[in-house]
Amino acid sequence: MAEFYGVTLDSPMMLGTAQYPSPKVLADAFAASGAGVATVSLRREAGGGQDFRALIEGLGVHILPNTAGCHSVKEAVTTAQMARELFGTDWIKLEVIGHADTLQPDPFGLVEAARILCSEGFEVFPYTTEDLVLAERLLQAGCEVLMPWGAPIGTGLGLNNRYGLRSLRAQFPEVAMVIDAGLGMPSQAAEAMEMGYDAILLNTAVAQAGDPAAMARAFAMAAEAGRLARGADPMAPRDMAAPSTPLIGKAWLE
Amino acid sequence: MAEVTILGAGVAGLCVATELAARGLAPRVIDPAGGPGAQGCSWWAGGMLAPECESVTAEAPVVRLGREAADWWARHTAVTRAGSLVIAPARDRGELDRFARRSQRHERVDAAALEPDLPAHDALHYPREAHLDPRAALGDLARGLAARGIAIARDGARRGTVIDCRGLAARDALPDLRGVRGEMLMLRSRELTLARPVRLLHPRHPLYVVPRGDGVFMLGATQLESDATGPVTARALLELLSAAYALHPAFAEAELVETGADARPAFADNLPRIRRHGDVIHVNGLFRHGFLLAPALARMVAELVTEGRIPEVMDEDRDQRHVARG
Repeated sequence: MAEFYGVTLDSPMMLGTAQYPSPKVLADAFAASGAGVATVSLRREAGGGQDFRALIEGLGVHILPNTAGCHSVKEAVTTAQMARELFGTDWIKLEVIGHADTLQPDPFGLVEAARILCSEGFEVFPYTTEDLVLAERLLQAGCEVLMPWGAPIGTGLGLNNRYGLRSLRAQFPEVAMVIDAGLGMPSQAAEAMEMGYDAILLNTAVAQAGDPAAMARAFAMAAEAGRLARGADPMAPRDMAAPSTPLIGKAWLE
Repeated sequence: MAEVTILGAGVAGLCVATELAARGLAPRVIDPAGGPGAQGCSWWAGGMLAPECESVTAEAPVVRLGREAADWWARHTAVTRAGSLVIAPARDRGELDRFARRSQRHERVDAAALEPDLPAHDALHYPREAHLDPRAALGDLARGLAARGIAIARDGARRGTVIDCRGLAARDALPDLRGVRGEMLMLRSRELTLARPVRLLHPRHPLYVVPRGDGVFMLGATQLESDATGPVTARALLELLSAAYALHPAFAEAELVETGADARPAFADNLPRIRRHGDVIHVNGLFRHGFLLAPALARMVAELVTEGRIPEVMDEDRDQRHVARG
């Protein structure tokens, strides 16, 4: 199983903590999913919110603070430093948003911020696109994990560029990779895991479901199914039909 | 006659006092501020009596108990029964369908047919919902109590059964209570008329607009997991105003009359509680549903005090286990 900066996780599920109807529902969703990592947005949620921090810490999972909503390198670095102080972890999910409407990462700012944070001893989980060159630069900057998007944040569009994601996975087989953002349905989570991704991170699809706990469980089951299938070395698709039972020498005919 | 002291003159305290007074009791009401005002979070409420719309994110009891609210308030203050309207930007039509799927007692309408100032727009109308002006309502309750000889004292001895309605201030006794920050603003526009609250569904910046009459509109309300009560942030203002502008460009020309922020008291499931600690009865955790739920909670407290009937939202047993463990 992949390591995330030396940490091995039992579950391939990572869950965000925003937009749930109540903290109770949030806790239920985490319990139902078995997620081992919770992402927390610093900018909005923690505006003095001791209670919310206690709640997240009470989930008993690894906390991955993020820099959601940061549009510049400076903002992202400052937010990461505050997060380290507040949550006492070197982990940081680095988001540097480059486009207000699609929330697409700013690749240039992302690499620069990653370099600064890695040099300060942070363990950076960069939210990136499926671009191979960008991935290479992030690894050179010191990142040991990559978090390519499935689709833009909150859209539920699934795996938008299957070719790109497959290619990224194949290019860096040793790097721990998480599909982050854009997942709307469990089948997409299964597909991501079948492609060989090590984990999935989602928020909206669970938090905004009518029954978040049920949806969290559905995603966890799908991710587990995908992981199991990947490990079982799936057959290759082929055009020629091949009967699973030989026809020649059939002993009994109706 | 049973002696009762009510702590807090926000929406919960005043509704409880009113219900007890209606049953012939003469509760003492104590609030350090001397009456309802900016120190309490009900002052900043939207005043929507909208159990159906709330059902999209709230648990079933909120809807069921909230359906009592409009009739109760109409006996004590001016209530506008014009329903409420829910719209979504054209590209987020899916949000409207989802909202419709998760709520009841609505009909599909063209927004412009009900609100001529709005552009033609696919909308949901909840005809049974209502709204009120929270500050006027609190004032009317205080005046109604005064007319029965019940004044709000700034301090004084607690006598008899104590009903603690202090909201977030009661965290000293209720450790599982948390604050959820809300931010609002008020605009005055001469160009725009709305007869009923309008909710704009937006994936990033949901908004509601409640008409207060005389061209004044209350805009709310953000929801942040924080007990900070400081002034409205620039971001919140920006988000609320952008959403309002998206709803109608005339809002850009409106006067910004007031901004406000406070923290609402809530338990982990965002459901209210009536909880007994010895001879203190706590009424708390009304979250963003103060005006919606206070009447039902007040009725239950009054039934508890006068008839000994155990309310459905009572959790004293659970709490005692909690205390014993802790």
